[in-house]
Amino acid sequence: MSAEVFLDVQSVTKRFGGFAALNGVSLSVRRGERFGLIGPNGSGKTTLINCVSGTLRADGGRIVFGDQDITTLPAHRRTRLGIARSFQIPKPFMSMTVVDNLLIPLEYAAGGHGAAAMDEAMSILRLMGLDAKARVRSGALTQIEMRKLELARAMAARPKLLVSDEAMAGLSSNEVDDILAILFRLNETGITVIMIEHIMRAVMRFSERIAVLDAGEKIAEGGPDQILADKRVEKAYLGE
Amino acid sequence: MVSLDLLLNALAAGLLLGGFYAAVSLGISMAFGLLDIVNIAHPVFVILGSYAAYIMNARFGFDPILTGVLFTPVFYVLGVVLYRIYYASFERKGAESLRGLVFFFGVLFIVEVSLLLAFGVDYRMVEARYIGESIHIGPVGLAYRLLVPFVVGVMLTGALYWFLARTFYGRAVQAVAQDAFALRLMGANPFKVKSIAFGLAIATAALAGALLIMIGPVEPALNREYIGRVFAVAVLGGMGSISGTLVAALLLGVAESLTATFSGPSWSVAVSFAVLLLALAVRPAGLFGR
Amino acid sequence: MSGRAFAVAAVVVIAGGLLVAGLGLNQYYYFAAYVVLQYVVLATAWNILGGYTGYVNFGTPAFFALGAYTAVVLIKWLKAPLLAQLVAGAVVAGLLGLAIGYLTLRLRGVFFSIATLALTVVLQTMFVNWEYTGGARGISLARPATAPFYGSYVQFVFAVMVILAVLAVATAWCIERSWIGRGFAAIRDNEEAAECMGVPTLRLKLLATTVSGMLMGLAGAPFPFYITFVEPASVFDLNYAVNSLAMPMIGGTTTWVGPVIGAVLLGSAQQIATVTISSELNLLLVGVILVAFVILAPEGIVGLVRRLSRRDPA
Ligand SMILES: Nc1ncnc2c1ncn2[C@@H]1O[C@H](COP(=O)(O)OP(=O)(O)OP(=O)(O)O)[C@@H](O)[C@H]1O
Ligand SMILES: [Mg+2]
Repeated sequence: MSAEVFLDVQSVTKRFGGFAALNGVSLSVRRGERFGLIGPNGSGKTTLINCVSGTLRADGGRIVFGDQDITTLPAHRRTRLGIARSFQIPKPFMSMTVVDNLLIPLEYAAGGHGAAAMDEAMSILRLMGLDAKARVRSGALTQIEMRKLELARAMAARPKLLVSDEAMAGLSSNEVDDILAILFRLNETGITVIMIEHIMRAVMRFSERIAVLDAGEKIAEGGPDQILADKRVEKAYLGE
Repeated sequence: MVSLDLLLNALAAGLLLGGFYAAVSLGISMAFGLLDIVNIAHPVFVILGSYAAYIMNARFGFDPILTGVLFTPVFYVLGVVLYRIYYASFERKGAESLRGLVFFFGVLFIVEVSLLLAFGVDYRMVEARYIGESIHIGPVGLAYRLLVPFVVGVMLTGALYWFLARTFYGRAVQAVAQDAFALRLMGANPFKVKSIAFGLAIATAALAGALLIMIGPVEPALNREYIGRVFAVAVLGGMGSISGTLVAALLLGVAESLTATFSGPSWSVAVSFAVLLLALAVRPAGLFGR
Repeated sequence: MSGRAFAVAAVVVIAGGLLVAGLGLNQYYYFAAYVVLQYVVLATAWNILGGYTGYVNFGTPAFFALGAYTAVVLIKWLKAPLLAQLVAGAVVAGLLGLAIGYLTLRLRGVFFSIATLALTVVLQTMFVNWEYTGGARGISLARPATAPFYGSYVQFVFAVMVILAVLAVATAWCIERSWIGRGFAAIRDNEEAAECMGVPTLRLKLLATTVSGMLMGLAGAPFPFYITFVEPASVFDLNYAVNSLAMPMIGGTTTWVGPVIGAVLLGSAQQIATVTISSELNLLLVGVILVAFVILAPEGIVGLVRRLSRRDPA
């Protein structure tokens, strides 16, 4: 328990109309950690990530990143501070080529430009196995390629904290292993990773610690073994 | 007590006007609110309805309301055809709604200029026995040229309300707006449901147009004033709520009438657009939003 | 086109324009060419917001009229020279642009478009009721007795419009080539994702609406001296809204050439049609062409050419 807290979510609440999608959720992710976030459909995982990345403004609570309170910071400022996320439903820049998709975060968040940025973009694409599609318009990609592009684009922001929101849904078992390997390697370079995933095999293998959301509340937190043994988690997933 | 009289008369005229505004706005509330089709050309179809009433009145002496009713099926067909073009060109391809908006903007322009070519810029009006007469209740005078459109407008609103709430296709239209799954359960074909709904939306323009030319003279470019009004009413009314449309239309009618009485008629057009801007900026979901 | 080639082309166009302005041709040609150039400015300005960032503005008449009326006020109040009118017109219309930029905070897509239309009518009503500028009747203005540099004032404003057109196109070109242009495109494709990838979307949208508004104001500012009569009905004309949107749509909205092609083609066609057929019929033509393009060739002439040349085996 020596590592410092890197992302501190303090009793965050988010309401849509009268419905509380997040109800006082707290969790802290340590610097360099591999953190898993799981929960049944509609439990509020994406909403929590939206609040962390700035896509949504939290209605209550505080979010601290590093030593800065980012609760009300606009999303692009958070990205520049080092938080990058992928979208569960891919949102590529449709009219641009795949490589141009990566140049946006490279230029706007990572401060890269010119030929160096282009080289970096190409090497990320190679890592993700998308280099053959670099000059293709991203609107023409398959769903699976778009998922990979989501992750590639988030990596291009040179994040300190990378949040992957179901990046592996629909991938084959081999591809899941490939992505896992990439995330492990990123983590070794010092990047903190939050993984949201329904593929249990992947989260359990990847995460050092896991938090479980259910109906907007955190019901469990701990190492993979602890989570697997937890009765409340089992109940949340399997019902009564 | 002249000013109290003035106020009462302005209020009464505003309410009557509001009933008419409801008739003009119903088509937008349906197309925009329920079907998500931004038919900015709706007001120009209302003007088209006015010219139909004008021709039938000038040639054959038809009552404008009669023409409105007679032309409703014609406009319905027009609406269905328009929707088919829209569907094939934009909706099916999943093109962003902005291109559809530009399409309707072009349609607006084409219809307006065609009317201009056919009839020129002169103001046209209709004649009927009751236009020009009025009844008096105490100090308040109700002109028939406003009273009749009010009554017909409210009846049209009621009819549409009944259709949406009580008939199979009406409920299917509501489902198209909110819940594609429920629609499938009903076994209705979304394309067909939307054609019918859009056809009806345009069909209301035939009657609304007849009412418009009863209230005052009409020229082709008049539709532009109504763009602000109909969208203000639709947005304020909560996007697709028929009762909301009526309430919003009445409010707008009163607001305009008061403005016209106390600040001069040249300001009243701006009222609706100002209300619309406010409604959009403050509460895009509308005052009576779902 | 490389930076140098573009710069050379710009200089050639300006030099050619200034030269033609001095030829003293039949005044009608200057009148007509002025209108076409004015549309080059309007279409380019519209495209900076509508084409690059995807916010469709129906309010071109509002910005154009604001430029024109700013000039009217300056003429009536201070007898200010044209240069002052241009600067003031651009500033005032730019401020309006800034204001609609803040509107994008709450209004996306079609709601934004409808709001711009609403804004136009509200502004028009204000000018209809403002007696200082002649209200609904309009106002006649006397040009200065002599034109600077040229034999007639029409030749002079034509030359000015040549420079403004090049200025507008150069602005679009610079934006397109820079990181700003890529940021605009990201906003157009997906605003939420753009913001999450570090693009300061609000600041860029404010930039787009302000620059677009300024250029539209610039197009309107010389109008009072061009025509010597300004009334709300003519400067708030919906034709400006339709044309400034139809021209980029027809030419192609993703590059600077699109609006130029559209404006030159559609603008000249209208000028010719006005003389040879009738002005209503030529408007009908604009509407039909717009609808045809938006249905059949949404990427405009530029897109069509690209598609054809790609199919070519060469
Ligand atoms: N913009 C929104 N407006 C209204 N409700 C929303 C919105 N976004 C999310 N919700 C609701 O909040 C709840 C949590 O949704 P969220 O997307 O965070 O779940 P999730 O855990 O990511 O689920 P999944 O595993 O399916 O991705 C759901 O009930 C959802 O319907
Ligand atoms: Mg989710």
